[in-house]
Amino acid sequence: MKAAVLVFPGSNREGDVAQAIELVTGRRPQMVWHGDGDFEKVDLIVVPGGFSYGDYLRCGAMAAQSPVMAEVKKRAAQGVPVLGICNGFQIVTEAGLLPGTLMRNSHLKFVCADVHLRVETSQSLFTNRYQAGQVIKVPVAHAEGNYFADADTMKRLEDRGQIAFRYCGPDGSIVDGRGNPNGSSSNIAGVFNDTKTVLGLMPHPENAVEPMFGGTDGKALFEGMVEALS
Amino acid sequence: MTVAPEKNPPVKLPNEPAITPQIVAEHGLAPDEYERLLKIMGRTPTMVELGIFSAMWSEHCSYKSSKVWLKKLPTKAPWVIQGPGENAGVIDIGDGQAAIFKMESHNHPSYIEPYQGAATGVGGILRDVFTMGARPVANLNALRFGDPENAKTRHLVSGVVAGIAGYGNCMGIPTVGGETNFHAAYNGNILVNAMTVGVAATDKIFYAAAAGIGNPMVYVGSRTGRDGIHGATMSSTEFNEDSESKRPTVQVGDPFVEKLLLEACLELMATDAIIAIQDMGAAGLTSSSFEMAAKGGLGLVMELDKVPMRETGMNPYELMLSESQERMLMVLKPGREDEARKIFEKWELDFAVIGHLTDTERMVLTWHGDVVGNIPIPPLVTEAPMYERPWTLTPLPAELDAAKVPAPEDWKASLLTLMSCPDLASKAWIWHQYDHLIMGNTAIRPQGGDAALVRVPAAPQGTKSAGHKGLAMTSDCTPRYVQAHPETGGRQAVAEAWRNITAVGARPLAVTDNMNFGNPQKPEIMGQFAGAIMGMAEACTALDFPVVSGNVSLYNETEGRPILPTPTIGAVGVIDDIATSAGSRLDQSGLALVLIGETKGWLGQSIYLRELHGREEGAPPPVDLAVERRNGDFVRGQIVGRRVHACHDLSDGGLLVALAEMCLSGGTGACIKLPQGIAAPHAYLYGEDQGRYLIATDDGGALVEAAQKAGVPAVLLGYSGGPNITVDGLLSVPLQELRNAHEDWLPGYMNSAA
Repeated sequence: MKAAVLVFPGSNREGDVAQAIELVTGRRPQMVWHGDGDFEKVDLIVVPGGFSYGDYLRCGAMAAQSPVMAEVKKRAAQGVPVLGICNGFQIVTEAGLLPGTLMRNSHLKFVCADVHLRVETSQSLFTNRYQAGQVIKVPVAHAEGNYFADADTMKRLEDRGQIAFRYCGPDGSIVDGRGNPNGSSSNIAGVFNDTKTVLGLMPHPENAVEPMFGGTDGKALFEGMVEALS
Repeated sequence: MTVAPEKNPPVKLPNEPAITPQIVAEHGLAPDEYERLLKIMGRTPTMVELGIFSAMWSEHCSYKSSKVWLKKLPTKAPWVIQGPGENAGVIDIGDGQAAIFKMESHNHPSYIEPYQGAATGVGGILRDVFTMGARPVANLNALRFGDPENAKTRHLVSGVVAGIAGYGNCMGIPTVGGETNFHAAYNGNILVNAMTVGVAATDKIFYAAAAGIGNPMVYVGSRTGRDGIHGATMSSTEFNEDSESKRPTVQVGDPFVEKLLLEACLELMATDAIIAIQDMGAAGLTSSSFEMAAKGGLGLVMELDKVPMRETGMNPYELMLSESQERMLMVLKPGREDEARKIFEKWELDFAVIGHLTDTERMVLTWHGDVVGNIPIPPLVTEAPMYERPWTLTPLPAELDAAKVPAPEDWKASLLTLMSCPDLASKAWIWHQYDHLIMGNTAIRPQGGDAALVRVPAAPQGTKSAGHKGLAMTSDCTPRYVQAHPETGGRQAVAEAWRNITAVGARPLAVTDNMNFGNPQKPEIMGQFAGAIMGMAEACTALDFPVVSGNVSLYNETEGRPILPTPTIGAVGVIDDIATSAGSRLDQSGLALVLIGETKGWLGQSIYLRELHGREEGAPPPVDLAVERRNGDFVRGQIVGRRVHACHDLSDGGLLVALAEMCLSGGTGACIKLPQGIAAPHAYLYGEDQGRYLIATDDGGALVEAAQKAGVPAVLLGYSGGPNITVDGLLSVPLQELRNAHEDWLPGYMNSAA
C-alpha cells in the first residue's frame, strides 16, 4: 500500500500516523506539502490531525481551500480512498467530501482521553479487520469534535450504513451521553461518504498501535487498509 | 579586544523626553544603579539606552539578588554537556543523543492575564529548548493557586489551564506531567512554572555565542508589536492593588506561528548555516542581541528600522523592549542568507537581516541612518549590580510529638477527607485538557506513575520512534516543608524528585530548578532562599543530581504578603528499556504489598495535620540522603530486574494515601494489616517519613528478603484484591466511594458558580 500523508502549516499528528503506517507496512508514507497540488499516485491519502492554519477562522476551513485539497477532491471523486483523522476529519468535511460538521465540544474544553468506540460496520476497506459491534479503546484529543448533521442527513447516514464508529461504554452500550466525550449527535465518532471510500473520524487510531503506548486497538484499521489496498 | 570609544553621541529623537529622576525610577533602577549607568556611559543615556539598562539589570534578567547563592549549586557530572548559563541545560543520554531541558516561571503575567500569561510561559520555555537544536518531546508544569475559597482562584485555574492547553496542544508537544497545589499564601501571586524536555543529537547542539566579524544578524518569526514592553521589569516588582493595570505588559501568544518557527528552525539547523541562535524571551531584542554579542566577545550594529513591525509608528525604544512572542535572532555564516530565507518563506515567516557583528564590543543602534543608541557591552555585564543581600535563616521548628496529635474519630471519613482535599484530589480535570499522547511515545501518563515516561525518538530530528530508551520526568516541591524549614524543604524537594524518577525504574540524571520566592530585600525571605539553596546543594551533591538549568522568580508578594517559598525541582532520568519500567497502577489481585523504608510516623507539617486538624506546625520530616540513596538504588534495581509489578513513592498523606492512589489508578482494592506494636496507627498510616516506597509484587517474601540483604527496611503489609481498601481493624472503604470523593472535587469546584 502506497500512502500519502498531507502536511499543512500547523499539522502536528502527521508523524504519528506516518509512524503507524510504517509500523504496519514497513514503508514510510510520502509526506505531501499543502502547496503541492501534483503529488505522485498513491493508494491512500491521509489527512492528519493538528491545527492547520492555526484553526483560525474555523477548524479545517482554510486547509479545505488549499491547492493540495483541490487535488484530493479530484482523486476522491475517482475513488482514491481518503482517511481524515481529527483535524483531518474537519478538513475533509469542510471540503465537502463528507456530510455534516464538527462543532465545539459541548463542554467547551479540549479533551484528551481514551474512549470506547463501537465499530458499526466491518463492510469497508477501513474496518474490514474489525467485527461489527466490536468495542475498541482509542484516544481522542480535540476541542471541536461534536459531530452534527441535519435530520435528513442523519437518517441517510443511518439507512446507508455510513456511520463507522460510535462512542460507547466499555461494554458497547450506548446509553444517554455516557462515553461521549464531546456531545456528538447520535454518539457519532466517525462517518463514511456514500461509497465508503472516504472515512473521517475524531479519535486517533494511530496512537493505539503499540502495547506500551496506548494499546493496539487502532492497529487493525491500518492492517485492514493494507489488506484492501495492496 | 577592547571596547572602542564612542565617536559621536546619539541623536535625540523627536518627542524624546528628558531623562528625569522620575523616569529613572519608573524604569525600576535604584539611584545607585543609575549612578553606575552614568559611569559606564560617560553621559546621560537616551531613552532607548535607559530602557536597555533597565531590562538588563532587572532582577529577572540579571539575577542580581540570587547569583551569589546559585553559584553554590553543583552543576557538573560526567554526563553534563551544558550546565546553567545557556538557554537550557544539556545532558548526555547515550547513543549520541542529548536531553535538553529547563523550567521557567511565568508567575506575574499569569496572575494579571491567566490565559495569555500561561500560554506564553509555555511558548517561551519551548523556544528555550528548540533554540538549542532539540525537538521538544514533552512538557510539564507546576502550578500553585490560592485558597479555592478565594474569589479569584477559579478564574485563574480555568485561564491558566486553558492557556497551557491552548499553546502546548497546538504545538503538538505532549504535556505529560506536573503538579497543582492550593494554598492561601498564593492568593495574590500564583505560580506557573513550565518545563520542556527536548532531544537532540550531541553533535548538533546550538549555542548563543556570536562569532565572525561582519556576519549577518538575522531576525526571524513574528513581527514586533507593542506587547510585553517592560515585562521583565514588571516581573521584578511586588504587586499592589494597581497590578491589574499592568495587563498591557503581558505578551500575547500565537502557538500556530511558534509551530511554524519550530519546524523552520529545525529545518535550517539540519544545514550548517547557523553560527549562533538565541530566542527572544524576556526583554526581547535587547537581551537576545546582548547575550549573543557578550558571549562572543563582539560588538554589533542593529538597524532597527529593518525590524519587521506589526504596527505603524513604532520607535526604537519600543522595538528594543517589546516582548512580542515567537521571534528568534541568529547569526548566519556569510552568504547563507538566501538559503535560510527560502526556508522561512516556505513556512510563511518573516525573515530580515537587521544588522551585523563588529569588533567594537559596542551595541550600536541605528534608526533610518542615525545612531540612536550606543552602549559598551562588557561593562553592562561585568558592572551589573550584584547584591549580597542580608539574610536570616529560618530556625528549625520543634519536632511535633505524634502522640499529641489525635487519631481520627472516624477513620473512613479521614481517608475520604484527605483524598478529596484540594491538594490530593484528582487533577484529571486539568490533564485531560492537555494532549498527553501526541507523538505516540507516552508510556506512563499522568496518574500512571510517579514520573512521566516518554520514549526517546530514535532519530532526533525525525519522528520515527524505534528505540527502547525512555526519559522519565517529574516536577516536585513541598512548599509547606520549605516554609517550615527551608534547608530541609530544599533537600526534600530534590530527594522527592529523585525518588519519583527512581520509582518508575529510571536513573535520575539532572535537575532544573525554578526558584519562586518573595521580596529578596527582606532578610527573612533572602534567608528562605539561602536555606533552600543549601538544602538543595546538599541533596544534589549526595545524589549525583546536578543542576543544569533554572530560573529565579522573586518579588512574589502582594501588599507585603509573600508566597510560600517554592523551589520547584524539575528532574530528568533515563531508562535503557521502557519494557522494564514500572507504573503505580494496582491493576491485579493477589499482589503482595511491601513497604520499603523506615516509618516512624512523622506528622509535623503533614497533610493529615493540616486537613484533619487545621494545624500547620512542627518540623518537616528530615531527609537522610544516604538512606534515600540506599533505598532508591535498591528499588530501582528491583524494578529493572522485573521483580516489581507497581511502585509508588510515599509523599503527601503518607502510606494510606499512596495505597489509595495505587488502588484508584489501577481499579483494584487492597487489604493491609499494620505490623505488631504500632503505638499510633494514624502516624504510621498518614505520617510523611521520607525515603519510602510502596511496592506491589508477585513474590513479597523474596522482595523482603532481598531488602534485608541490602540493609533496607521492608515489611509485607498485605495483598491487592477486592472492591475495598481495608486496613485491618481500622477502616474499609469501597473503592467506588473513594473514587467519587477523589475525582469529583475539582470538576465540582470548577463547575460551581463563583
